[in-house]
Amino acid sequence: MAEQHAHAAAHDDHDHKPHGWRRWVYATNHKDIGTMYLVFACTMFFIGGAMAMVIRLELFKPGLQFVDPQFFNSMTTMHALIMIFGAVMPAWTGLANWMIPMQVGAPDMALPRLNNFSFWILPFAFTLLLSSLFVPGGAPAGGWTMYPPLVLQTGASFPMLVFAVHMMGASSILGAINVVVTIMNMRAPGMTLLRMPLFVWTWLITAYLLIAVMPVLAGAVTMLLTDHFFGTTFFTAAGGGDPVMFQHIFWFFGHPEVYILILPAFGIISEIVPTFSRKPLFGYEAMVYAVASIAFLSFIVWAHHMFTVGMPLAAQLFFMLSTMLIAIPTGVKVFNWTATMWRGSLSFEPPMLFALAFLFLFTIGGFSGLMLAMVPADYQYQDTYFVVAHFHYVLVPGAIFGIMAGVYYWLPKWTGRMYDMTLAKWHFWLSAIFVNVLFFPQHFLGLAGMPRRIPDYAVQFTDWNMVSSIGGFGFGLSQLLFPYLIIKCIRTGQPVGARAWEGAHGLEWELPSPPPYHSWTTPPSAAVIARGAAH
Amino acid sequence: MTIRRPLARLALCAAAAALALPAAAEESGWAQLNLPRGVTDISRKIYALHMEIFWVCVWIGVVVFGAMIWSIIAFRKSQGAVPDTSMVHNTKVEIVWTIVPVIILIAMAVPAARTLVEIEDTTKTGLTIKVTGFQWGWEYEYLDEGVAYYSHLDRASDAARELGSGIDPTSVPHYLLNVDRPLVVPNGVKVRLLITGADVIHSWWVKDLGVKKDAIPGFINEAWFKVDDDFTGMLRGNCAELCGRDHGFMPIVVDVRTKADFDTWLKNTAAAQKQAAAADASAASTSGM
Repeated sequence: MAEQHAHAAAHDDHDHKPHGWRRWVYATNHKDIGTMYLVFACTMFFIGGAMAMVIRLELFKPGLQFVDPQFFNSMTTMHALIMIFGAVMPAWTGLANWMIPMQVGAPDMALPRLNNFSFWILPFAFTLLLSSLFVPGGAPAGGWTMYPPLVLQTGASFPMLVFAVHMMGASSILGAINVVVTIMNMRAPGMTLLRMPLFVWTWLITAYLLIAVMPVLAGAVTMLLTDHFFGTTFFTAAGGGDPVMFQHIFWFFGHPEVYILILPAFGIISEIVPTFSRKPLFGYEAMVYAVASIAFLSFIVWAHHMFTVGMPLAAQLFFMLSTMLIAIPTGVKVFNWTATMWRGSLSFEPPMLFALAFLFLFTIGGFSGLMLAMVPADYQYQDTYFVVAHFHYVLVPGAIFGIMAGVYYWLPKWTGRMYDMTLAKWHFWLSAIFVNVLFFPQHFLGLAGMPRRIPDYAVQFTDWNMVSSIGGFGFGLSQLLFPYLIIKCIRTGQPVGARAWEGAHGLEWELPSPPPYHSWTTPPSAAVIARGAAH
Repeated sequence: MTIRRPLARLALCAAAAALALPAAAEESGWAQLNLPRGVTDISRKIYALHMEIFWVCVWIGVVVFGAMIWSIIAFRKSQGAVPDTSMVHNTKVEIVWTIVPVIILIAMAVPAARTLVEIEDTTKTGLTIKVTGFQWGWEYEYLDEGVAYYSHLDRASDAARELGSGIDPTSVPHYLLNVDRPLVVPNGVKVRLLITGADVIHSWWVKDLGVKKDAIPGFINEAWFKVDDDFTGMLRGNCAELCGRDHGFMPIVVDVRTKADFDTWLKNTAAAQKQAAAADASAASTSGM
């Protein structure tokens, strides 16, 4: 009995976690679930990346050397689905799980069992999606945008695609509900909304976007399903339907979706730049309002993805102007980040390096976005490699670098150990150089007339495709450093203190490194919150 | 060896662009870096718009990236920079950097809207051609002229593009950009296209004409172009909407002729097609007996 008491006293942090496989399958702890999300995202990043390598290999030279055009189309389709729904979105949810309770002064997420469920849907969704590679007719090859009537020509993998999308959507919605409830109800007393770190703010807004648009996607793919199997003709003109309606519905989901992928990165950059500039974030409130404006605008710009479908002039003008408006809040963000560095005291640890690369390269993606907003010019850019270059600039050095910056920023907090700084800088420089070798020439290819989603091309596009492929292989190989570096950090990293970075502010840095199993079992005091609030 | 060439071209073109030499456009490498000016008034307006927004982005980039680089260099901790932690907010500056982009955007939106209005004006056309995209090729029908035919990837490209064909694509003239029967159009005439799809969505795109319009089953989209009076020759384009396995293998070739040449061609083709149709009909009735 006495021994039991002593045991309980030693575990004053209420660490009742199950051990072995039960710890993960029955997980309700925000850190365990966050870790699973991140490991899952990393796995999918490499699977999706392997598909990108197949694409770049086939495009290295004109002529078909390695794969059949149908398989090539499957690769582009699956690469997109896996990277968007399997890598970037779960990585954000993983970071949200780890950081939001720590940053708002809560012990855990509000809905732990829901949290478990939302994660464990994902392995099933992606097993289903990936197994479609082995069914008759091959994996889906109609593009991740799933436009009918083409997508209705998909073979046995069609229902697998639809159900996988349903499951991913359900997982995202549950995760988003959990984030909203945690932020709204679990903040420590004194942690007012306008004291929350930007990462929490951007995730709150992202969560609302997810709840608003994932059901729209679910509805759209369900209509595809009934068109395919139950004789409806929602999207078939011959039966009174409308194939363009699918595009409107899809992009009503799809445009907010691209902000779902990038807004949490804005949050992370807004944490890292002040830390390594040793200066509070410039214009905190403007940053919050800018994110909210971007989120609102994301609902009224969708048709800029489909200017060539033949919309009325008034509609094209409306969507051109609304799209151009997005440049204003986005510009405010970039200016504020720059002003945060201005008259700061900068040092260049790996998180800051990734954040700086984000600032430069995401802005380049923003510029090409502005160009794409101009409808007459978009007629020339639409569905060419210019678009491919544009969205990869905002998603790779944007979203992916944002995730990496976040991992390098918080890894010492999670593990209590510092990673190999030299190796991380190698990872950074290789990634930053190769990402440009990979994607910059694609602007030229698009302008010179190379359409996207083609397995073979006219010979005048050879040179830049070779350069791009070399960049692709270099970028892909460099990423292998990332998991190696994390494993090395967990095993042999040097211990760090609670505040792993000199200039770091925020409640997560008030907890020891690694933090206790249940983050804030007693809410932080007003003094701690005030010290943590960076602005 | 192939790798070094584009880098040299890039350096050359960057130098030319920096000096703002108009001659750079004529430089062969330039065509691999930028949109073409094209052969219609609209395509040149689109090109001008594209260059205008490009330079706006470049100048914004110079200012913004300049400020970032300056911060990175001037405010290094290793050089003893001391942070000014009181600098958290400045209403005046924030208003300025909200208003200035608004003005730039309005300045860009006006010419874009003007060009768009012009593109959408499909009235007063001299010739109408119905374009139908199918898996995988195009059908052209000269309405009320009795001329209609299919256009597919040419044989040479088709043979070379097979997986493991062993044929070097560089040995095929206009690899993947050549067809068996091009679309023949007159220059100096406003040609209207009625574009539709037979099975899935395609997109008819010829960059030198400044035209890209989706070919959607059940819908008829309109587009138009008017090639310069002094231009004759071949223009090449592609399907620009993923349409299945052979999406990359349904090019578009437009053969632009003088009005007189075109009229002769149209008359001869109409006569030939009428004759062929009559022969078919008589063959059918003979075999029917």
